[in-house]
Amino acid sequence: MMTSQKHDFAAAAIRIEDVAPTLRLSLRVKPAHRETLGRALGLDLPTRVGTRAAANGTEALCLGPDEWLIVAPEGTDPAAPARAAYAQAPHSLVDISDREITLRLSGPAVLDVLASCCPRNIAAMPVGSAVRTVFDSATVILWRDGPTDFRMDIWRSFVPHVCALLAQVQDEVMADL
Amino acid sequence: MLLIHCPYCEDTLPELEFTYAGEAHIARPADPSALSDEEWRDYLFIRTNARGPHYERWRHVGCGRFFNALRDTVSDRFLMTYKAGLPRPPLPQETVE
Repeated sequence: MMTSQKHDFAAAAIRIEDVAPTLRLSLRVKPAHRETLGRALGLDLPTRVGTRAAANGTEALCLGPDEWLIVAPEGTDPAAPARAAYAQAPHSLVDISDREITLRLSGPAVLDVLASCCPRNIAAMPVGSAVRTVFDSATVILWRDGPTDFRMDIWRSFVPHVCALLAQVQDEVMADL
Repeated sequence: MLLIHCPYCEDTLPELEFTYAGEAHIARPADPSALSDEEWRDYLFIRTNARGPHYERWRHVGCGRFFNALRDTVSDRFLMTYKAGLPRPPLPQETVE
């Protein structure tokens, strides 16, 4: 992994850690079939972009009007009930687990670090929401789990670039620049 | 930085999350093989190149959706945005001379 070797500072203002691999599924389904499929998956698929729903360790994030990202522990098969419901609710459900690598960013300086490369107003994101945005032009999904606790899903090939930027910003934060 | 309202996310967001995608309301001919070369050329290449309000398509990376916008090409101001597939709305009153 490309994670910087610099996250051992005492009382670090920002911590960057790898998150263990999880199962990621990309779900596309027409709004008319959303409810039926949601029932099959045991999730009430949220309709507002950026909102999340969770049940039994599986989490669904609404990315667009007909697009959801489903995150579940590795080894589970949340797609099985969806396959059974395919005739009633036609959809596309694709395993994209390996497409992205997730970093956890936390610490008091996390908002400053994210603001360095994200154009969006990260501070205004409600806790418990998540958005797809850009980090210096690399598409990322940013999950806000707490006031200063974020997860960032980064497309695999952009990870070296994003980590290099994060390391540099981290240096600047540590130097009080 | 320009702030653009995404009609799908119902949020006003910085332009870096958006990509310009050409003029809007250009329908693909139902039967392309029935068109003359000139008509096909017009469909592919001829655009209004408006000076002033311009109907155009944009894509938002957040929701992955194309939508339409009315932007003034002189002032770069977004007059309105609306979902793809909706009919072309009339120009807002204050921009009609």
